[in-house]
Amino acid sequence: MDLQIALLLGQDGIVNGAVYGLMALALVLVFSVTRVIFIPQGEFVAFAALSMAMLQSGRAPASLWLLLALAVAVLALEAWRAQRGATVDWKSTLFWCVLCPAAAAAMVALQPQAQALQAAATLLLITPLGPLLYRLAYRPLARASVLMLLIVSVALHGVLVGLGLLFFGAEGSRTNAFSELRLDVGGLSITGQSLVVVGTTLALVVAMFVFFERSIVGKALRATAMNRVGARLMGIPTELSGDVCFAFAALIGAVAGLLVAPITTVYYDTGFLIGLKGFVAAIVGGLASYPLALAGALLVGQLESFASFWSSAFKEVLVFTLIIPVLWWRSLRSHHVEEDE
Amino acid sequence: MSTSHTVSETVPAAKKVESATVAAAVPAARGGITPRHLVLAAVALLLASWGFLPEFSVTLLNYIGLYALVALGLVMLTGVGGMTSFGQAAFVGLGAYATAWACTSPDAAALFGALPPALLPWAGLALGLVITFAVAWFLGSITLKLSGHYLPLCTIAWGLSLYFLFGNLEFLGGHTGMAGLPPLVVGGVSLASPRVLGLLIWAVVLLALWALHNLLDSREGRAIRSLKGGRVMAESMGVDTGRQRIKLFVLAALLAAVSGWLYAHLQRFVNPTPFNLNIGIEYLFMAVVGGAGHLWGAVLGAALITLLKEQLQDLLPRLLGSSGNFEVVVFGLLMLFVLQRFADGLWPQLAAVARRWLRPTPVKLPAAAPLPQRALPPRSQVVLEAKDVTKRFGGLVANNAVNLRVKAGEILALIGPNGAGKSTFFNMISGVDDPSSGEVRLMGQAMAGKPSRAFAALGLSRSFQHVRLLGQRTVLENVAVGAHLRAQRGWIASMLRLDRAEEAAVLAEARRQIERCGLGAHVDTPAASLALGQQRIVEIARALASQPAVLLLDEPAAGLRHLEKQALAKLLDQLRAEGLGILVVEHDMEFVMNLADRITVLEFGTVIAEGTPAEVQGNQRVLDAYLGGGDDMGVAA
Repeated sequence: MDLQIALLLGQDGIVNGAVYGLMALALVLVFSVTRVIFIPQGEFVAFAALSMAMLQSGRAPASLWLLLALAVAVLALEAWRAQRGATVDWKSTLFWCVLCPAAAAAMVALQPQAQALQAAATLLLITPLGPLLYRLAYRPLARASVLMLLIVSVALHGVLVGLGLLFFGAEGSRTNAFSELRLDVGGLSITGQSLVVVGTTLALVVAMFVFFERSIVGKALRATAMNRVGARLMGIPTELSGDVCFAFAALIGAVAGLLVAPITTVYYDTGFLIGLKGFVAAIVGGLASYPLALAGALLVGQLESFASFWSSAFKEVLVFTLIIPVLWWRSLRSHHVEEDE
Repeated sequence: MSTSHTVSETVPAAKKVESATVAAAVPAARGGITPRHLVLAAVALLLASWGFLPEFSVTLLNYIGLYALVALGLVMLTGVGGMTSFGQAAFVGLGAYATAWACTSPDAAALFGALPPALLPWAGLALGLVITFAVAWFLGSITLKLSGHYLPLCTIAWGLSLYFLFGNLEFLGGHTGMAGLPPLVVGGVSLASPRVLGLLIWAVVLLALWALHNLLDSREGRAIRSLKGGRVMAESMGVDTGRQRIKLFVLAALLAAVSGWLYAHLQRFVNPTPFNLNIGIEYLFMAVVGGAGHLWGAVLGAALITLLKEQLQDLLPRLLGSSGNFEVVVFGLLMLFVLQRFADGLWPQLAAVARRWLRPTPVKLPAAAPLPQRALPPRSQVVLEAKDVTKRFGGLVANNAVNLRVKAGEILALIGPNGAGKSTFFNMISGVDDPSSGEVRLMGQAMAGKPSRAFAALGLSRSFQHVRLLGQRTVLENVAVGAHLRAQRGWIASMLRLDRAEEAAVLAEARRQIERCGLGAHVDTPAASLALGQQRIVEIARALASQPAVLLLDEPAAGLRHLEKQALAKLLDQLRAEGLGILVVEHDMEFVMNLADRITVLEFGTVIAEGTPAEVQGNQRVLDAYLGGGDDMGVAA
């Protein structure tokens, strides 16, 4: 391997690492606020990428039907809850179940030609899936153990992958790049798309930082993550925080989907592997630390990139077995038994 | 076999209690049929009809048996042990590939060349078990100290990795796999026909059910159950929960490997597909849908999912107009529904119906011999000593150079206003937490960095301020956990029922301590259904079941009524007379002043006074701390 190849692989690793970093951020966010280990995170990536591809080929994305079905299901669920005397927050319910799906449907119906509008339509399609899935699958079990919620996640992952196959078929798709730019820096060719990936990731990280540090909703989410009961006592509606952080997760997933779709062919089940690599990264930070998770994502990206050069058949094996030294390192740092939540 | 292995913490205790009382209220009502009779009848029926069943039913039953074996391991992990694994299919794959390699590979022929061909599958079984054991032990040990959800996450990665490995290793045939496996031969009889091999499969399943049932109903079984939500307590009772967790994971993996071995010799060829992560997840569906806390739930779940899959694979492609793995959608939705509506799975629903006309299987234990007794240290010898114990949480100093000595045959009380750092101190002198600086000595030994089970082994036992009981287990079972270190029988002995004499002794001792603490009427009541004050007493009985030399009690009198407090004081007085060193944290001043020999007063993490009750009562700083000095009117509880 010469320097040229090493630089090329390094660049690849950074681009992939940025995507895994986005996954890891979403996973840490969801876990710290709701204790849900959100295995289906990657499905948002695949759904977004494939929806974008369908939009670009002039078809209505099948994820619209999923969104509409989920919206109806959640409306029915909330009406049923209201009838049984539970207090239902209709404002947020209508926002996620009526306003968002309606806007998404309108965007799709307009058949946008501009890439930015297609991207916006995709984000509108995918983002509401987060809170809707949260309300249907997780909220009824909000008090269950982390383990139960993890099992729910895996079940939900199965459902979504199966639906993905049904909606998008077994063939993969690739979308048009956001930028056709090619830079030549000292013999190293940098594509515009990879700059878009890294730039978008950085922008999202900064935006999230500002959101959590400055905005009142962000602070409420952090409070919920630190102490759920305490946050509730301070008047923070912890169920709404579930909505918000699942919406974030879906949005981040959708952005990641838009970013990877021009780089690799995305299949209905591609998202799972991307999400899992995000997990390996998130575990570096103990599912709790954002900076460590990002560092982990870069590590995973580099490892994957160089592993694919040396032995591409064992690339996945190498990436996933990284979890073993990571867990070992983490367990060195804990002395006493932890009680499971 | 018992039908009541209810453990999941997610169902409200009240519901359990209700069903438990129903069971108690209808003893031997109609007929004398016990669950055991039912099982024997079902086995006899299956055996009698085995020769006449159509080929297709035999095949289905064989697969149900193979899957049930894997699901059994998952029941032990998930419902009983509070862990889970998504990678069981990979362990099945290890078992299958090990025997495929041993029986067909030329490399293996060089290694096992001396063996007659009929023995090769057995060499394959041994190889599979050894590899599985090593891998599972390794995976278990790296997630040993982390919370329970890291192990399942690790198994996802492991399940994926192994699948990719199987597909990419040339000597294992890559994606095409390996063909030409010989049939099993037992005692000269070939098990080539699925109908004959099925007998072996179900024999193994029934054997596993029997062994696991025995294991759960033993000293080790109680330790395993405490892994789910009771690790801190169990460690304080001397259970090495990390080790129990690894052993449980290894056990589940070995069951999966045996299933894989049988599968390989049923199919006579192997390829990577049946061992991928999706199948691993399907195994978990079986355990959860059937009932993750119940051994028979594994069989029920395996049967349900297998039959359902059979139907769906036919129906869905016709319905949807395209082929693919769509049954996972139905399974996923089914699982979501079951988890939200019947968190314990479907088996308890069946069991609840059956309980109306079944009599519980009678428990037969041999006569109990007394458990070995520890020699208590001579009176007045210092048994527990804290030297300059300091604990900092970031900038907060919870304990500041606290010194304290507990002597055998005395009651020392530790008092102080709320937030004085009493419970923090308690955790450090019982090994639940480490001091930032300073030293704890127990029985003259330095205890720095030792886990709480090492404290238990030296004769220290404790109760917890926030009661830590296994709410759905009976008072007797909870107290018996306390006697864990006074018995030795391990997993294998428990599985084979070689532990009965010792088990009888442990249960008799637990019963004795419960009666001594005045809860004799509640021996078989689920602990969660007792009043909080009584639950505290159960904690004391559990501590006593370890026959401690040092007893630490964290607010034992809280929630007790006047007469109960008097009874408690009498009990503690008696224990003191027997030579125990007792440290009590308590807010009830009347209780403390009448009982304690000496009192240490803590405020803001610092000792502000010590002495006899009379001295402490007259101490100005204590009065200030409790009644508020100057214009600060803080009132202690």
